[in-house]
Amino acid sequence: MTVKQYKQILSKPLLEENPITLQILGICSALAVTSNLSVTLVMCVALTSVVSFSNLFISIIRNYIPSSVRIIVQMTIIASLVIVVDELLKAYDYETSKKLSVFVGLIITNCIVMGRAEAFAMKEKPFVSFLDGLGNGLGYSIILIAVAVVRELFGAGTLMGYEILPLVSNGGWYPANNLLLLPPSSFILIGLMIWGIRAYKKDQIEPNEYKLSSHATAPDLTKRELNV
Amino acid sequence: MFEHYLSIFITTVFIENIALSVFLGMCTFIAISKKIDAAFGLGIAVIVVCLITVPLNNLIYNSILKEGALAWAGLPEANLEFVGLISYIGVIAAAVQILEMFLDKFVPALYNALGVFLPLITVNCAILGASLFMIEKDLKFGESVVYGLGAGVGWAMAIVVLAGIREKLKYSDIPDGLQGLGVTFLIVGLMSFGFMSFGGISL
Repeated sequence: MTVKQYKQILSKPLLEENPITLQILGICSALAVTSNLSVTLVMCVALTSVVSFSNLFISIIRNYIPSSVRIIVQMTIIASLVIVVDELLKAYDYETSKKLSVFVGLIITNCIVMGRAEAFAMKEKPFVSFLDGLGNGLGYSIILIAVAVVRELFGAGTLMGYEILPLVSNGGWYPANNLLLLPPSSFILIGLMIWGIRAYKKDQIEPNEYKLSSHATAPDLTKRELNV
Repeated sequence: MFEHYLSIFITTVFIENIALSVFLGMCTFIAISKKIDAAFGLGIAVIVVCLITVPLNNLIYNSILKEGALAWAGLPEANLEFVGLISYIGVIAAAVQILEMFLDKFVPALYNALGVFLPLITVNCAILGASLFMIEKDLKFGESVVYGLGAGVGWAMAIVVLAGIREKLKYSDIPDGLQGLGVTFLIVGLMSFGFMSFGGISL
């Protein structure tokens, strides 16, 4: 494989085949951990390292895994990696680990990790699989960071805890939009983001299964006879 | 006693709805909610698996993994909580597999209805999430049964409601880029805002 192909594997999941906005994978954590940028960054690093290393390890042993038990084998590898990440986080950044609560553990069932293992790492060579994992982790991170920036900046007027927009309550000029701090707002933000991406990348638009018929058959009111 | 269990049940179904308040199991929640029939089947499967795995994981946590739980075996200082994640997911994968084989052998009608959804459930974060929340809340065995049931019922209810809305949505004229996934996200966001109104209730 050439360097160009490697680059393509790394860059494709960023926008063209983004795991969140196109493949609907790994949405759960995208919603719950995005109200604060620094927490989001930790989550992104955790997920990206788990998905790249799980791809690497699964790809190394791919020829020795019997296909009937492959899900269990993949699960075991992923779960062990997540345990390592979880313990590291507890040891070095206990505050953030408390804030993320169960969501670090839930990386195990994050469909991006499982999906990439099943769709890519089981077929390809280790180094390429690692790059694919890295690319998908970064694609996930881009969306998460974008959502977190909007939510923290406009919801609390801060970024990474530093004040950017001085709030009215602190004598500044910016009235905080508390709606953005509520978890459901990230759904709305991702929905709008998908709209934006699809307006730019037309080929991602889903076909409409049920077309509306035109109004050609509607009754012509001007010719209706009145039964008075 | 009964009131206590009832309040756990109501809290899990409405106030802390696992799909719309803590956002777990979102991937399948959005992917399998195009038709009410499929959504209903998946919902029932989630209820059954939650009801089995949450109490099972509770037993495993309280009698093996918890700090000091192995005192009866002469290991009072053992703390195996760090292998928690891998044992919970193992229990879930095994339970789903056994359930699938059991249904295939003894209840073929139910197997045909649920069959396709069961393997999907192993990687559904709602199931693992319910177990992890159960550990975090430090529930007793009886409470964990009710909690598992409540988590499943809440998730099933949410996905059936979403499928109903999406079936009606077929008849509306949606801008091209918003078609499908985009508009589903907006709807789930609005539903979830709606569920936040349960938030102020304390039981």
